Amino acid sequence: MSQTRVFSFPHVGNYCVVIENMLRHIFKNHKILVPPAITKKTLELGSKYSPDFVCVPFKYNLGNFIEALEAGANVLLQSGGGCRYGYYAEIQEQILRDLGYEFDFIRLFAKDMNARTLYRTAKRYGTNLSILGVAYYVLLATQMVRKLDLIEAYIRENIGFEVVPGSFERLHKAFLQSLKDVDNFRQLNVVYRDYLRKFKDLKVDKPQDCLKVGLVGELYTLMEPFSNYFIERELAKNRIQVSRYITATFLLFDKPKLRPKILAAAGKYLKYHLGADGTDSVERSMALAERGYDGLIHIKPFGCIPEINAMPVLQNISRDYKIPILYFSFDSQTSELGVKTRLEAFYDMLMMRKEVST
Amino acid sequence: MKPGYLGIDTGSISTKGVIIDENNKIIASEYLWTEGNPTAAAIRVIRALYEKTGGEVEIKASGATGSARRLISAMMGADIVKNEITAHAIGTLSVYPDVRTIFEIGGQDSKIIIIDNGIVVDYAMNTLCAAGTGSFLSSQAKRLGVAVEDFGKIALTSKNPTKIAARCTVFAESDLVHKAQAGHKKEDIIAGLCRAVALNYLNNVGKGKSIRPPIVFQGGVSKNEGVVRAFEEITQERILVAPDSHLMGALGAAILAKKQGGGGGKFSFDICKANFETSGVECSRCPNNCEIICFFRDGKLIDAWGNRCANGEVVAAAAKRS
Repeated sequence: MSQTRVFSFPHVGNYCVVIENMLRHIFKNHKILVPPAITKKTLELGSKYSPDFVCVPFKYNLGNFIEALEAGANVLLQSGGGCRYGYYAEIQEQILRDLGYEFDFIRLFAKDMNARTLYRTAKRYGTNLSILGVAYYVLLATQMVRKLDLIEAYIRENIGFEVVPGSFERLHKAFLQSLKDVDNFRQLNVVYRDYLRKFKDLKVDKPQDCLKVGLVGELYTLMEPFSNYFIERELAKNRIQVSRYITATFLLFDKPKLRPKILAAAGKYLKYHLGADGTDSVERSMALAERGYDGLIHIKPFGCIPEINAMPVLQNISRDYKIPILYFSFDSQTSELGVKTRLEAFYDMLMMRKEVST
Repeated sequence: MKPGYLGIDTGSISTKGVIIDENNKIIASEYLWTEGNPTAAAIRVIRALYEKTGGEVEIKASGATGSARRLISAMMGADIVKNEITAHAIGTLSVYPDVRTIFEIGGQDSKIIIIDNGIVVDYAMNTLCAAGTGSFLSSQAKRLGVAVEDFGKIALTSKNPTKIAARCTVFAESDLVHKAQAGHKKEDIIAGLCRAVALNYLNNVGKGKSIRPPIVFQGGVSKNEGVVRAFEEITQERILVAPDSHLMGALGAAILAKKQGGGGGKFSFDICKANFETSGVECSRCPNNCEIICFFRDGKLIDAWGNRCANGEVVAAAAKRS
């Protein structure tokens, strides 16, 4: 095949930087196209061609694919998971073919992936690296995910208290830009150490007893800010420390290790797994409640079964630990005003509780 | 001139306004339909309040709440803008200091607020469902050919309320049509509807919340005795409804404004004479196409919102010039 391949993939949070970097190194003779940033148009396109009742991440992914194909992509990547996410790849491929697009579609399912199958796939799509070469960049990408998550966790917990407005956001952008140009582990470590220091040097005015809110729930709506109406930013505006443990690091590395332990850690609340990330939501909520967080916010796409399973258990946790939990279901048409109203009220409530308890 | 504090609660269906004195006592109040035009409705409320107080009150501070709070606060230069959940809690606590549960059912939304020792400890607001709200009742009243104001009284005459599905307006409506055609009496159907609203509310908004007395019921639907009775039957508790139950949000906004203190008497009744206009522009600087709302007073831009990034500010400023 003489045609140049143009690889693309759906957005989630800022991980596009890592994926783009990895693909660029593995497929040196081909192009990598980061889909246009998610906008309302992405969601409109996605919703238009999706089954109406599918969960909203499907619609975002499909919108990304359409915009990428329109911009010239011809190889698409999709993964899958233990809920409806497991059907995304097949259905999206079919919808896009029905729309008349021509492309190759690569499915990357963790359960049938190992070093050899991964390499075989990479070879088929035109890498000229050896298996070790491919492994090197896959490992580099995993390390990059860790570093990115570490930096973003620091941002989340401190951006609400920045002294110079916009200082965190500016540095965050610069950090992402530098990540793009990383070619090896040494550079990655230099960039990470540099920026960690720069972030720590940014002035913050953070009281010891600031309000702390934990985010739990379904992974896509947690990790993609557009899909949750930039909830983390809204919270930070009210000088709140925001923590979230569901990150790519957690899903890729910690969860497989923790999986047997998580159910036990959820103690009296759970006997069986809830499917997908439902069990994590319960265990994380409990951990955050025990750590003295002031409130929790549970987010899910409308109709997300594993998270719906988690909700009654969360209500018990809320009662036992006396920790308020705010629930959100996101779809393609929830109004931003409604989200803001509830968040404001949540903040007022946390403030009132805090004032009384101190 | 007596000092007073103004609170305006602009909901999707009705607009409420109160003026209170230093002791949080309501000295004037007004309640009317929003009719899809929140600025005009707020102006009408403010004018009515001015007339009721005979121009004898000087507004020291003002507050806005309700779903149009942003718009109305820009209009009157409010000292405080509060979400309706907090405003309702504050308003109710001033009347019932020992309240522990607040049921609130308005035109388009409903909420539950749980209070412990005078502070809000938990709340929920309906996100997906219109079945437990006032607009559902009023649309069904129209179908049955009765005024929604008479709904409660008619419901109380029923001895055998019809069972109507409470899960969803679509199911409720088809149940209602079938039962009416099957010969159920109108008062039984109406009582059944009131019960469906109460059930839907408790199953939906009240789910998982510990509902403990004293329970206060407010919002427009609290004026419906049928729903009040349905709540009492289901919860087996006495439900308190204040005579001013529809004004609690506005009262809360006024009390919060009083606490906040005025920024040198920004509010003036002159705004009744001003001409307020909004216009929408599409940003079109990126594919997100934020719809920006520009708000004008006598042709001058006083505020704009709706943009997600700084590009929108440029567009709003351009709208001002044109």
